[in-house]
Amino acid sequence: MTIFEGKGICEAVAMGKISVIRKQKKEIERKIITDIKKETERFENAKDEVLSELEMIREKAVGKVGEEGAAIFEIHKMMIDDEDYNDFILNMIKDEKVSAEYAVFSASEKFSELFSSMENGYMKSRSADIKEISQRFINHLSGIDDNYEISEEKVIICADDLSPGETILLDKEKILSFVTAKGSLNSHTAILAKSMNIPAVVNVGDGFLSLIKDGDFAIADGFSGKFILNPDEETISYYNKKSEEYKERETILLSLKGKENKTIDGRKIKVFANIGDEESITAVKENDADGIGLFRSEFIFLRRDDFPTEEEQFSVYKKVAEEMSGGKVIIRTLDIGADKQADYFGLPEEENPALGLRGIRLCFSRKDIFKTQLRALYRASVYGDINIMFPMITSEKEVDEILSLCKEVRKELEKEGILFDEKTELGIMIETPAAAIISDDLAKKVSFFSIGTNDLIQYTLACDRQNLSVEKFCDTHHKAVLKLIETTIENAHKNGIWAGICGELAADISLTETFLEMGVDELSVSPSYVLKLRQKIRETDLSK
Amino acid sequence: MQKFIYKITDEVGIHARPAGYLAKKTKEFESVVTIEKNGKKAVASKLMAVMSLGVEQGDEVTVTVEGNDEEKASAEMKKFFEENL
Repeated sequence: MTIFEGKGICEAVAMGKISVIRKQKKEIERKIITDIKKETERFENAKDEVLSELEMIREKAVGKVGEEGAAIFEIHKMMIDDEDYNDFILNMIKDEKVSAEYAVFSASEKFSELFSSMENGYMKSRSADIKEISQRFINHLSGIDDNYEISEEKVIICADDLSPGETILLDKEKILSFVTAKGSLNSHTAILAKSMNIPAVVNVGDGFLSLIKDGDFAIADGFSGKFILNPDEETISYYNKKSEEYKERETILLSLKGKENKTIDGRKIKVFANIGDEESITAVKENDADGIGLFRSEFIFLRRDDFPTEEEQFSVYKKVAEEMSGGKVIIRTLDIGADKQADYFGLPEEENPALGLRGIRLCFSRKDIFKTQLRALYRASVYGDINIMFPMITSEKEVDEILSLCKEVRKELEKEGILFDEKTELGIMIETPAAAIISDDLAKKVSFFSIGTNDLIQYTLACDRQNLSVEKFCDTHHKAVLKLIETTIENAHKNGIWAGICGELAADISLTETFLEMGVDELSVSPSYVLKLRQKIRETDLSK
Repeated sequence: MQKFIYKITDEVGIHARPAGYLAKKTKEFESVVTIEKNGKKAVASKLMAVMSLGVEQGDEVTVTVEGNDEEKASAEMKKFFEENL
């Protein structure tokens, strides 16, 4: 039994076999062979296998992200079939009498280098594709079944770290938990685990990957942040008991479905859910959220290898609006920056991406992308209660520019005879200290505020939320943060608009009473926190 | 031999997907299709070679078609470029 200490996400426990996603390629030994014909055959056989595997993955991906999103696997198939790549490998086997593994590895190095040395950012990142297909090849040649997508039973996914792009294709039905070497409580993995309502352990340290292998039995404890490899009998029975207790608590929470979010003294507020993909709508409904308080639209952009069309976006927004059958859906426009982008945006690296060209700033510099999104949103507005929200606001001028762009889009649609809901409400995220401080002026221009606490905390306290070394300075209950939240809510009400909180802090039940006292109108949290928050609200008495 | 010059209008240039379709398309013909940018040449059926030309929006490429069905192939290639790139 080996215990690794990390940080726990979601108060739950997962037990099961692990599946390791290894990104680091192992050094391939230069092995000399004698039978060229046999080695060539091995290569050709592996190629057939890889091609049919890619086709299978492609078909799966089509079902999840559509034909266009799955195009990357078609490209991978073509790359595998590329003449130069194949010739290089076959010649190497023939001329240098090396193993097929080594020949593929050399081809991978050569061709990925070819792309990584190019100037164009998009082409540069294609070198990762070459490495990926080559790794797939090597896995097949050396009989490693490293394909986490096709495992049959539910597993604990272990990896160095996971990016949004890597998680999008994982079959969520088959994941018990995530365990990563790196990552903080705010990392993508952590947010994903919360939205899926499964436990995760992050930041267990770099060493753990070398000690585990596929199929090992382990426990991931989201309460204590422990990852236990090969647990003994005693530990297993302890955790079995803990799981039972957890299930009991879940049952109590489930009994709150259909009940109001009302304090003992009668104050009612709305509890909405945050989502980052369409699949989560199921979780939103299961947990009985009143609406969607934050729909992170960037996922539509992150899961593909080219800009999504107006039609594609429209169909996603329409679907969400319809599925929520009249419930409020607040869609945040593209919130992307140098630290969170898809390769095809080709954004240059920034010294300080959190303070860089991101959110609404990026949208202003790429109006074509922004207007396409606005058109899709307005078109979808007739199918439900869609509200549009804009991220990273710091000034009134920005809001003016947004309002005039929205007007432009409405005029265009009107001219084209396309239906939209004229009453679609426009709101802004309050996630910079600047916006909170001038919220009195901003409130006169929009219909609602939603306070994004993750960024508000990071900007107010000057703490990078991904940087573990400053985590202790990142006091999420800091007076300065709470004052900014209070000011924002006050100014909203003074001007007759509503204000909600959609950051991680909204789910912090030690602050629920404080937020209720401040008069917050809505709290938006991961679907899995909706009922916990409802329970807390129903236990609160503000008259005391 | 048939030859035409085409200026790329697609925002991201000849990126992976169109390069893939291009490679597929040229395999329909007997003729050999070559793409040239600033003196660098690539056979159009070779996906990685074409991608490594790094053709971006606004770049001019010279497309050469040579073989038995070059007239038909050239006409179809021209159409392909206009529709996709």
